[in-house]
Amino acid sequence: MKKLLKYVIVDIVQNKIVLIYTLLLLIISMSVFNLENNTAKGLLSLLNIILIIVPLICIIFSTIYIYNSSEFIELLVSQPLKRRTIWLSIFSGLASSLSFAFFIGAGIPILLYHADATGFMMIAMGLFLTIVFVSIAMLAAGLTRDKAKGIGLSILLWLYFSLIFDALVLFFLFQFQDYPLERAMVVCSFLNPIDLGRIQILLQMDISALMGYTGAVFRDFFGNSTGITLSFIGLLTWIIFPLIISLKKFKAKDL
Amino acid sequence: MCIFLCSVHGKTEAGTIHVGKNKTYTSVQKGIDAALTGDTVLVYPGNYKEHDITISKRIYVKGIQYPVIDGEKKSGIFTIHADGAVLDGFKIINGGRSETSDLAGVLIVDSYDVKVINNKLDDTNFGIYSQHSKNCLIKNNQLKSYGTNEVQSGNGIHGWRSDSLLIIGNDIAGHRDGLYFEFVTNSLVWRNKSHDNIRYGIHFMFSHHDTYISNIFENNESGVAVMFTHHIQVYNNFFIDNWGGAAYGILLKEITDGEISGNYFSHNTTAIQMEGCNRNNIFKNSFSNNGWAIKISASSLNNIITENNFLGNTFDVGTSGSLVENTFNGNYWDKYEGYDLNRDNIGDVPYHPVSMYSMIIESNPAALMLFRSLIVSLLDKSEKILPGITPENLKDEKPFMRPLKL
Amino acid sequence: MIVAKNITKQFGKLKALDNVSVTFSKGECIALLGPNGCGKTTLIKSLLGMVVPDSGSIHFNNELITNKWMYRSQVGYMPQIGRYPENMTIAHVIDMMKDIRKGIDKDPDEELVKSFGLKDLLQKKMRTLSGGTTQKVSAALAFMFHPDVLILDEPTAGLDPLASEKLKQKIIKEKEKGKLVLITSHILSELDDLITEVFYMQEGKLLFHKKLVELKEETGEAKLSKAIAKIMITQEAEL
Repeated sequence: MKKLLKYVIVDIVQNKIVLIYTLLLLIISMSVFNLENNTAKGLLSLLNIILIIVPLICIIFSTIYIYNSSEFIELLVSQPLKRRTIWLSIFSGLASSLSFAFFIGAGIPILLYHADATGFMMIAMGLFLTIVFVSIAMLAAGLTRDKAKGIGLSILLWLYFSLIFDALVLFFLFQFQDYPLERAMVVCSFLNPIDLGRIQILLQMDISALMGYTGAVFRDFFGNSTGITLSFIGLLTWIIFPLIISLKKFKAKDL
Repeated sequence: MCIFLCSVHGKTEAGTIHVGKNKTYTSVQKGIDAALTGDTVLVYPGNYKEHDITISKRIYVKGIQYPVIDGEKKSGIFTIHADGAVLDGFKIINGGRSETSDLAGVLIVDSYDVKVINNKLDDTNFGIYSQHSKNCLIKNNQLKSYGTNEVQSGNGIHGWRSDSLLIIGNDIAGHRDGLYFEFVTNSLVWRNKSHDNIRYGIHFMFSHHDTYISNIFENNESGVAVMFTHHIQVYNNFFIDNWGGAAYGILLKEITDGEISGNYFSHNTTAIQMEGCNRNNIFKNSFSNNGWAIKISASSLNNIITENNFLGNTFDVGTSGSLVENTFNGNYWDKYEGYDLNRDNIGDVPYHPVSMYSMIIESNPAALMLFRSLIVSLLDKSEKILPGITPENLKDEKPFMRPLKL
Repeated sequence: MIVAKNITKQFGKLKALDNVSVTFSKGECIALLGPNGCGKTTLIKSLLGMVVPDSGSIHFNNELITNKWMYRSQVGYMPQIGRYPENMTIAHVIDMMKDIRKGIDKDPDEELVKSFGLKDLLQKKMRTLSGGTTQKVSAALAFMFHPDVLILDEPTAGLDPLASEKLKQKIIKEKEKGKLVLITSHILSELDDLITEVFYMQEGKLLFHKKLVELKEETGEAKLSKAIAKIMITQEAEL
């Protein structure tokens, strides 16, 4: 696997879009920290970038990359390689280069301006979300042969995780307003990697509102090391699960 | 003139009683019993295992280098039942606790002009307890207790049906309520620090015309709660780090005609919660980094909130209903996104401090899970453009563009 | 060398392979012919394990290839359209292939790399190459690791006459070494000097699989293109 991975990374790292993405992240994070006189406020602006832009770029770029590589993948399949090796190499290549891009673009400015628990959690969540959405892109690309459909599907998936899911949760909350829903919400947050990442970052950052009210339940659950471990396991599941399904699909796929 | 003469006269005639090991008296109570009105009882350093010490005449009881009075958890320690008595400079420890009566380190009963100063209280059930007393001074005492639950612990400085108390410069920690007043009127609470108590930093009710200046209420389990009182004045106090589901910087319940000014609220779950409060003036306060800066119930009317700074709060104003009868004009809100064309430092469009999401949270606390999510910011933005749920009339017509200098 | 039995593959409603059985032996150079969409490419892909047949079995050197991958180290494949990661250079691609085959072939055959003049282009990125050059890379890679079986899908499409002649010489050379060569091509004229057998498919079915010599005898034509044309005419007449 290593032998293939090296070349995939070399290819992606030189991709213009990845370069632009890195640069864009770098410009945004630097300006956010320099323009806001209050670094906490800068961190808050970065939060939105991490929760919205990073998943979007990762899922769309990965999907397009996989489709564009279809002939290359065919060639690789004709070589003495396991399909599993090929698929995992592409996944690792995408995940590691996009993580690297994120780390350069957002991680380093955060470390420069805000190297505390909040900053570290932000970087960790940004990296997690990067890899999760690469994994989801693998699934979207594995599900359909048609490029346009595949890209459409990945945009839809992004929309679902960043907006529609939360809208459904809100709807659900109003439907069952009279019941105690705090615990249900904890479970709900595990169903969406973006929510999971957001809650972890907020618990490090914006504890004021979360501490009161339902916050107590959230804090009790997510705030201690067990909760953090569980969230990390949750996010890992979000990486592994789509990847395994896509791998299964790819193994049985006619090229 | 008369008072001066009296006091001079008293002093000249007064004797001094010495209490201590190898002194005339080895017991504090015996020394006090032997003293005559106007005498001074000097207690030398040492460990005195005594309790229920009663001071029933106008004497000056003075500890030298903090003699320790150890109640051995048996009962209350000092009881003062004499006008003009002074208790100064003791270390009072291990007070008893009773299910049926409130045992205190120092109990002041039916007295005028008592002074309790410079004492250190450690692990007494109630600290300093004033009942039916007037014009007493409680100053520079340190009160420390180790309460774990509300039922079994007492209050730090407890006032019951008293008047014109002066409570100055005390440090109170680990009690149920740091300061507790019921029917205490015309009193001044100044420069005290009440912190790490297991319920409220200060808790009072029916205590009218009291003034609170430059106190620090920090990290109390439930913050501060004051109720059923009119004409209070709260100036330049600090309300800090009161976290939790039922914790408030200050909970105002049926408080009327109060003035709250120059206070600093920071890192509280809710900085000010107002329920059934009327005609209060809340001005020149600083609210920073709170969950909610102000929560105001629909039953609160005619309050004026002006010239405050709202900085870095998660929610500026929360409300349960569509209240309209309060004024929020002329504050600085860091979330204000309006403009100021004529550069008079006053925004040209009104600011609506109640966000839609705060309304949702109010009715549906579990919605906190969606805090800072995309859907919530979209909802808030659309609500700002087309208000539907948030009270249309709750707005600041003249928001400042820059923070006020407070 | 390669034995396929009753393989069937269906894409939706289309039967790409319909109960095809075939034996390809060493030392032969076989032309896979047939009209567009007759199932040639599907057959090739089945042999390479890129397409999994719905039923039937394929043996490579007496071993079933289902879920196997090592047998492909003995196969050189040149796809119809080669596309490579666009930011890789030719050198990268060649290095990668060498890496993939590491331990299998220590002495790669770079004859085509030289004769196609790819040596001078090694640092060029794949996205900057013309279609022809890309094909040259594909061809060079297919021959590089001394495979026992060469599968060439439209090898000369897009190549200039000179390069295509070089490729032909290379194919003949390899055939003479006793290797199995499978070629699909539309340009029948260039196959005359290469092939020994013709494998003709139509609508997913095997129509005939004959030695070139037999075919020429039957039709009385000297040229492959003419012979095929004659068969197709008789076929249509039969229908």
